[in-house]
Amino acid sequence: MLGRLTWTAIPLDQPLPLYAMGVVGLVILAVLAVVAVKGWWPYLWREWLTSVDHKRIGVMYFTLGLVMLLRGYSDAIMMRTQQAIAIGHAQGYLPPDHYDQIFSAHGTIMIFFVAMPLVIGLMNFVVPLQLGVRDVAFPTLNSVSFWLTAAGALLINVSLVIGAFSRATWWGYPPLSELAFSPDVGVDYYLWSLQISGIGTLLTGVNFVTTILKLRCPGMTYMRMPVFCWTALASSMLIVAAFPVLTATFVMLLLDRYLGMHFFTNDAGGNQMMYANLFWAWGHPEVYILILPAFGVFSEVASTFSGKGLFSYRTMVWATLGICVLSFMVWLHHFFTMGAGADVNAFFGIMSSIIAVPTGAKVFNWLFTMYRGRIVFTTPVLYLVGFMVTFVIGGLTGVLLAVPPVDFVLHNSAFLVAHFHNVIIGGVVFGMLAGYNYWFPKAFGFTLDERWGKASFWCWLIGFYLAFMPLYQLGLMGMTRRLQHIADPSWQPLLLVAEAGAIIIFLGVLCQIAQLYVSIRTRELRRDLTGDPWNGRTLEWATSSPPPAYNFAVLPTVETIDAFWELKRRRVKPAVQPAYAAIEMPRNSPVGFITAFFAFFIGFSLIWHIWWLVLVGLLAVAVTIMAFGWGDDREREIPVGEIARIERARLAGGPA
Amino acid sequence: MHDLRYATAGATRRFATHLGGRLRRADLRRWLFVCTAVPIAACQPAGVIDPQGPIASAERLLMINCTAIMLVVVIPVIVAILGFAWWYRASNARASRAPDEGYEGRIEFVVWSIPALIVILLGGVIWIGSHQLDPRAPITGKADPLRVEVVALDWKWLFIYPDQGIAAVNQLVIPVGTPVNFRLTSATVMNSFFVPQLGSQIYTMGGMATHLNLLADKPGKYPGFSAMFSGDGFSDMRFIAKAVSAGDFDAWVKEARGKGPALNDTGYTQLAKPSEAVPPATYRSVEPNLFERIIDQTVSGPGKAGVGAAWCPPGQQAGG
Repeated sequence: MLGRLTWTAIPLDQPLPLYAMGVVGLVILAVLAVVAVKGWWPYLWREWLTSVDHKRIGVMYFTLGLVMLLRGYSDAIMMRTQQAIAIGHAQGYLPPDHYDQIFSAHGTIMIFFVAMPLVIGLMNFVVPLQLGVRDVAFPTLNSVSFWLTAAGALLINVSLVIGAFSRATWWGYPPLSELAFSPDVGVDYYLWSLQISGIGTLLTGVNFVTTILKLRCPGMTYMRMPVFCWTALASSMLIVAAFPVLTATFVMLLLDRYLGMHFFTNDAGGNQMMYANLFWAWGHPEVYILILPAFGVFSEVASTFSGKGLFSYRTMVWATLGICVLSFMVWLHHFFTMGAGADVNAFFGIMSSIIAVPTGAKVFNWLFTMYRGRIVFTTPVLYLVGFMVTFVIGGLTGVLLAVPPVDFVLHNSAFLVAHFHNVIIGGVVFGMLAGYNYWFPKAFGFTLDERWGKASFWCWLIGFYLAFMPLYQLGLMGMTRRLQHIADPSWQPLLLVAEAGAIIIFLGVLCQIAQLYVSIRTRELRRDLTGDPWNGRTLEWATSSPPPAYNFAVLPTVETIDAFWELKRRRVKPAVQPAYAAIEMPRNSPVGFITAFFAFFIGFSLIWHIWWLVLVGLLAVAVTIMAFGWGDDREREIPVGEIARIERARLAGGPA
Repeated sequence: MHDLRYATAGATRRFATHLGGRLRRADLRRWLFVCTAVPIAACQPAGVIDPQGPIASAERLLMINCTAIMLVVVIPVIVAILGFAWWYRASNARASRAPDEGYEGRIEFVVWSIPALIVILLGGVIWIGSHQLDPRAPITGKADPLRVEVVALDWKWLFIYPDQGIAAVNQLVIPVGTPVNFRLTSATVMNSFFVPQLGSQIYTMGGMATHLNLLADKPGKYPGFSAMFSGDGFSDMRFIAKAVSAGDFDAWVKEARGKGPALNDTGYTQLAKPSEAVPPATYRSVEPNLFERIIDQTVSGPGKAGVGAAWCPPGQQAGG
């Protein structure tokens, strides 16, 4: 009846995850209880859970990312603490069995359930607004994408209490991840949660490529698109090209694990090197899927707060597309040490360093955007400057690692760990936090508190340097990654510094929570009535904050890049009584929520071999999708009267 | 180095006693001292930055050269970022502004040329370096190489000396000044064989052999380990690479031949069972061709018989 699932799946012998889960469970229950008592359920269901509005979905993605950041951070601080105390003969407080799960979960969660949702969340919220359109190409599909990602995130967290998570690292290299060496359900949790969320991500990619290629407001030619849209397009194309590779690779590993096949096993002709190649054929583009939109955010921030158009827009676009293509030609640099010949290693080393050219050009362009500008030091600008300095350092160590003989001594070392945290925190996370501070007023209609925002930035920046500069040095001293305990006591001082850095980063997170709290409390004082709090340049600032469901009552017509700036320059006032037309908007739909609900159970029952539930789940998903497909009442019309009322209120509210 | 270490220990104690008190100017100076002294003291010779052989030395030199090449650009860029951000702040009345400036061809040219030139330079360095320091390239011009076969097990290292007919676990003894020619495989999951002070690491993978050539210049004990996570016992998958004089090496071989058990199929099956933090040991003799048979999986390893051995062409090797 329940497959392999028995009471022994609950790790009663490991109190730590149980306590953690107990606390999390209580918090969730408390939230649910408050929601129920306050009678918010109908509102939540109607306005959020079933929403197909790209803005709502964007906010939900971003929230998911921030919540999972807390989970990923808990893993991080546990690892840092373990390494700081398990020195010499000490074994620390985490046995290998538990420690190995923690670092595997940390990597998996941070990449797939923090960085990805943050990036996709921003794309969702910003892209249609910047393109001057009313939604993405496939709004209901967008909701399905989000809920599948959420289902994957839920599944990975269930592994805390029922069964265990993978102990085979976040990349799951076979043969370690094969049944012979990982017979428990951990790797299955890893694989199925990523398969489910991976489908969601792929659908998002399809959705955004279509949206950007096919849905732009009149006059918005490709070379008039805001740079963030370009980076979103590049990122989405990479998703469409790369994620199927990951899915197929995982299918092969699943076939090995479930049907005894031999794609990657040690025996019977399996080839583990193939997995490494396939995984990184996805994995390296993935890096750019994350960083390109962050570059896009910084381009917007640099130009808005310098009061100046982006320096050399064309270069930015071509650099972005160049990186997009090059990102598929460098995957082998993740395993120079596998024994490929000198020619192969040299080729991939050179290709990897070539990526530094367009990236370097971008850095110079941000620099010259600031040059002779009028820089207003808001929180996003602090992140911009922090990013530029930090990212240049990360780029240097990255190119260093692209030199094969240097990689031979630094591969898998703490130096490598420091490098990719340098670019992911200094690049992706800073970018997302800059974007959060920058677009929050657009999403919620009031600005975020600057004091707490800046405090948070400084904590993140200082914390980052303290946490990861020591790791560079430890890597040079010969420390490899993923050590559950450390033999050399002379490494301890640096590990303690790293621990301090991790704690300071946590202060940064606390400052952000405080920032949100304070801003909500004082929101009446910080209302953005104009819709344009930063003197912005692109179309999202042309509508109200928050924008109405339909974004733009009349679709804007664009004649230049920085379209809104141009309107303001020419002092074009919005017409007081334009001829509104009724707007058709997609109806909210529970199909995403229901599909993901059953997808979660499909994943769960596949992990535990509960075959009947797999069938029920598949059937239910099929029925849900077909019911949606056959339905024809999918759009609602917003009547002219309502639009006129909303727009009148908006124009009356502010001086715009 | 030693003196500095003691000095730092003293400074750390003083720093700790002052933590509770108020910070005065003198404290601040001590603070600064601690902040700089801790990393420097931690820099005591070890790992990649303390090479003990030609491969490791060349790799460190390459690392320093590449860093220097890039710093030529990186440092001015960082200065410019901070400088521009500060000078063009909105409140600076003396800064000139050009809000409509969006493109300047000459700057654009420079913007692409600088990274391109650096990368062209580095590209040459990469091509030459990759060929000179190819792990499988033999080290020439010295004594005849010593052959060592390396097997990664759960979770220990087996070193077979085919020409000496002995084997050792978690202990690698090599003569100084003699190139060592390693062939490596894994009887279990993927691992990476790495002695930082001697240079390049290389993966060990089941069903195939990889190659590595290293040389130790000076006698000494150099820590080695697996640099690829391989499961619960990974952290203790360490060994000492002991570089000794030729005479000492011969003496060690002779001693090893005279003690310890023989490594036959039974002994190997016993050894291959998962175990953690295994103390160093030697074997008086080794079954011939054991290494090849481990690759072909005709000796039963942990948890699996050599089912599919017929599938694997003997000596299938990584990387062509």
